[in-house]
Parts: sequence; structure tokens; C-alpha cells
Amino acid sequence: MRIARLRGPGSRNLVHRCAGWLLPLLLLLAVVSPLQAQPPESSSPGAPADLQASDHPGDNGRAIDLRWTLSPDDRPELKPRRVKGYRLEREPVGEPSAGAETGQVFELPYGVSQFVDRQCQPGQPYLYRLRAVGPAGESAAITLAGPVTPQRQWFDSTRWGFAVILLAICGAVIWFTERAKRGKSLHVREIAALRAMQEAVGRATEMGRPCLFVPGIEDMNEIATVAGVAILSHVAETAADYQAEIVVPTTRSLVMTAAQEAVWGAYLKADRSDDYRPDRIYYVSDEQFAYVAHVTGYMVREKPAACFYTGVFYAESLIFAETGNSVGAIQIAGTSEATQLPFFVAGCDYTLMGEELFAASAYLTREPQQLGSLKGQDAGKVLAVGLLLAGCLLATAVQVWPGWMAPANALQWLTGRLLGGG
Amino acid sequence: MLRNTIPWLIAACAGSVIIAAYFVPSAQGWQDTIGQWFEVLAAFAFVLGGVNLAMQNLQKISSREPGWGYAAVTLASFLVTLGVGLFKVGVPADASGSRWGGSYQAEGSAFWWLYEYAYNPTTATIFALLAFYVASAAFRAFRWKNTEASLLLATAFIVLLGRTYAGAVLTSGVPDEYSAFTFPGLTTLIMGVVNTAGQRAIMIGIALGVAATSLKVLLGINRSYLGSGDG
Repeated sequence: MRIARLRGPGSRNLVHRCAGWLLPLLLLLAVVSPLQAQPPESSSPGAPADLQASDHPGDNGRAIDLRWTLSPDDRPELKPRRVKGYRLEREPVGEPSAGAETGQVFELPYGVSQFVDRQCQPGQPYLYRLRAVGPAGESAAITLAGPVTPQRQWFDSTRWGFAVILLAICGAVIWFTERAKRGKSLHVREIAALRAMQEAVGRATEMGRPCLFVPGIEDMNEIATVAGVAILSHVAETAADYQAEIVVPTTRSLVMTAAQEAVWGAYLKADRSDDYRPDRIYYVSDEQFAYVAHVTGYMVREKPAACFYTGVFYAESLIFAETGNSVGAIQIAGTSEATQLPFFVAGCDYTLMGEELFAASAYLTREPQQLGSLKGQDAGKVLAVGLLLAGCLLATAVQVWPGWMAPANALQWLTGRLLGGG
Repeated sequence: MLRNTIPWLIAACAGSVIIAAYFVPSAQGWQDTIGQWFEVLAAFAFVLGGVNLAMQNLQKISSREPGWGYAAVTLASFLVTLGVGLFKVGVPADASGSRWGGSYQAEGSAFWWLYEYAYNPTTATIFALLAFYVASAAFRAFRWKNTEASLLLATAFIVLLGRTYAGAVLTSGVPDEYSAFTFPGLTTLIMGVVNTAGQRAIMIGIALGVAATSLKVLLGINRSYLGSGDG
């Protein structure tokens, strides 16, 4: 019988031969099998390795960069995950300086192999300890080989490109200003809105109605407000000349003070100091719509013949422009808020577009020094156009010749290094 | 001379430090200090503003100027709000049983009530006026007067339709490969390319204007905001 023969002495030899092959095969499988390589789930994960730390470049000494190699168990193919995250502990070395916290702990997610600690004290050495954290416990901790100290750098190297551009523009402004001082004549194109200011004040004088000047709803720390107050001084001078009344409700007390000074200076310049009325330049409210309610109420009651809006405006721009339009005022507006310009264009007779608001002071005074600054701005525009063209050409080249690395590298340098820091 | 020079020097120093702090990390502490000084100044300015507001309105009431009733309402509102905030009227008691420990803005306080039921509704009312003003401004802006206005009208027509369901429904028959010619597709093109290009050009101009004006302030070329009267 077959079975009996297999169980005979010959079959025993066959079994021994097979066992001689199978045993090493099973051992080999045991070594390479991922199932066998995976430790039981009840054990804690393997420790991360190679923890390194260095001072964060180009900062004020408050940050340290940390890098490490992930735990061998921090792998996405392991389900469920054996590493849920990392625990990074920081301790100051030696006597902690003022403000240096002890026992700082950062909980980081899995798969993260770098971290920037931005809560350091400049000059304080720190030691870090890192461990992987899993559902079954924590790994052994690895510690930094030696303490690392965050240092203050004197220059933020990530912003060098922006610094170069700023220096170029400021240099151009100063150079053209100096040229203008030496008597070099400069041409400035006509700006209809600024030419119309005198006409608007004249109209208000003829009609016997006041001129309303709204210097925006932001404080003096906004350059657009400063530019608006500069325009106010010229409007006030014209109003003083024509003996027209000028009213300036403000939404910030500091703007009120600056506006009072500007109007007082304008009345002095026009030799009409007796006509100056400080109570016409007053504070209303810091609240946006409370201010809007007052100004629109004033417009409806007093019906000013000329309304000027210069500075920073938000949602109130259209409310002002439409109310002014409904009372038949001639309206001139200018703002640095690009999103509000369409509303002023729709509602006002004249609008200062973009940089025209900042050019107004130079245009109105015709002072050589101020005109020189306009030429400097033009040099900045030339630079901006050059950079835009270069960027467009490089981006097109990257698309047309994807294998050519030179334009891709140049584009990366332009957008990432030169312009990225600003 | 000193009246203009000292404020200009302060402005120039503060401005220079803020610019330097952008590039020099170790100067960032100075920038914070200047920011704190500005906050202190602004706090004093609040008092200045409050006094000015009270004086203006008292003057109107005492001289019975036209509309003095509005001044009376303004003054009364100002004083009531100031009073309930300062004296913490209706502030719930804290753990120690004292209402002085709680915040004046705490829910249930008189200040909170004024904010929720007087200030917020009036603010929302003024803001809501914008809907009517948008309609009236659009009516005037989109009239077929000349070539530019006609272009504006056509663009607005496409964008308005493209932003509504009607636009999608009206061009729903256009094949997918020509989806750029539907109202939503044209709207995306106008807003993403034409409008963005125009906006960015204006923003570059504004940024350069801000830089030049800041420089004029720092160098003292423009001191009109100080009342020098010399531009």
C-alpha cells in the first residue's frame, strides 16, 4: 500500500531530506518576514536617532533649528501606527537667564523630523531630549551631544534681496531730490483731481457753503493718512485765501491734532490767521460707523459744496461718496486701499489713483525737492517693470523648455531669494 | 523752529528704527518699545479726543446751534457709556464676591448690554445702508455713455451673471471643452487675469508711493503734517 510504503524506511529518508531543506528555508523566512520583524504591538516604539541642533540663521537669537532621524517604527505602512508623535524636552544648561523656562516640552506629530524652537532666550545654552511616543509607551530618549546656544545675528540674511531693492529705490529718490535741488527742471504730468481742488474750493466759496475734508479712518501711523494731511494743508490754504469755511471731522485724536496743526500752518501761510477756527477740526469717534453716521448726517444737514476724502477708507467709502453725490457736492477722493478705489471712481467726480495720492503734495507745492522724490518713484517703477518682465520671461521659458534647468533655477532665485524675503 | 524740528526728529528716529528692525534682528526689541510708546501716546490721545468731544457738544448745546439735540444725545450716550464702563455697573461678582474684580465687558454687565443692544444694532443699520448705495452707484456707473462706460457695463454684466446661478444655467449648453466661454468661465478669467493685473499695478504704485512719502517724512522734506506750512 502506498501509505505503508511511505511510512517505510525509504520514506523516512525522504522526510529527513525534506526536513534538511525546509529547516533553513523556514529560518530564512523567519528572518526576512515583515510579520516576524515587527515587534509585538505591546512593546514601545524604537527610538529616533541622530538628534542635531543649530542656531536659527538670521534671527534675533530666539530660535534653534532641530533635526533628527525618524524612529524605525515611524512608517506609514504600519497599521495601526506604532508612533503617534514625538516628545521634545528642553532644559536650560547652567544658571537659567531671565525668562528662560525650565522643563519646556513640545509635542510633535508623527512623520516630523525637524522643528524650530522659537521660544528661546538669546545667549542661553539649551540641551534637548527626544523620544518617540506610541500607544504602547515611549521609546528610550536620545539626547543632544552638547548644548546649543541661540545667537543674535546682526542682519536677517533672508531679507537681503528686499534690502537691496529698498536701497535702490531710496537711493533713486535721494539722488533725484538732490538733482532737483541743484536746479534741474522736472516735468510732472497733469493730475486732473489735483487741478480740480482749487475749483472745488472756489465753488464752495461762491455758494457760501463749507468744504468738508475727511482724512480717512486710520491713525497717523498710516502713511496714507500723512499724505492726506499734506493735501489738507493745501486745501486749507486755498480755503483761507478764498475765505471759505473748512470742516475736518476726524476719527482719531492724533489725526485731529495733526490736522489742526496743518490747517493752522496753512492759515498762517495765507496770512489769514484771524479766520482760523480750531473748533472746525474736531474728533468724532474711533468707531467706524459712528463716525460714518456723524459725517453723513453733517453732509445731509449742512450740504457742503466740496467734499475731499483722502487717506485710508474701508466700507464707508461708498456711503460717503453716495451721500456727497446726493447733496450735489463736487467730490475729490484718493485712497491707498485698492479695493475701495472702484467705489470712489463710481461715486466721486475725481479720484486720485494709487500713487497719485502720494504725489499730491509734490504736485501741489511744486517744490523741487518733492518733485525729485516723484522721479525717484518712477525709477522704482522701472525696476518693478524690469523684475516683472524677467519673471514672466523665465516662467514662460520654464513651461516651454521643461528640461532646461537654467531658467527654472533663475526663477527660483528671483522669487525665492531676491523677492521671497520681503 | 523747535516746534517743527523736535517732532520731526522724533518721527525720523522712530521711523528709522522701525525700518532697521525689519532687517536687523537685534533691533526688534527697540521696535517693540516704539510700539509701546505709540500705545501710550494713543492712550493720552483718547483723553484728548474725549475732552474735545465733550467741549464740542457742550458748546453746541449751550449756544442752541441748529441740531443741538443731536449734540445732547451724543453727549448723553458718551457719558452713560463711560460711566457704566468705569464703575462696572451690573458686572457679575467674581469668586471673591466683588464686582470690581470682573471685566467691564462681562456678559450681563450694563456695558455689555449697551454694546449688544444699542451699539451693535445701530452699527449694523449704518452698514446695511451700503446695499442701497451699491445699487444707486451701480446704476450711475453702468450707464451706456461712451466707449469706456460701455466696456464697464459689458464687463459688469458678465461678472454679475457669472456670480449667480442664472449665469451658469444660461450657458449650461456650452460643451465642457469650451467652458471658458460660459458666464462663470468668463467671470473667472476677468477676475483672475484682467482685474488682478490692474489691481497689482495699482498696488505696486501705492507701495512705491508709501516708500517715497516715508522717505520724505524721514528726511524732513515733507513737514506739512507738523503745520509748518511749507509743504
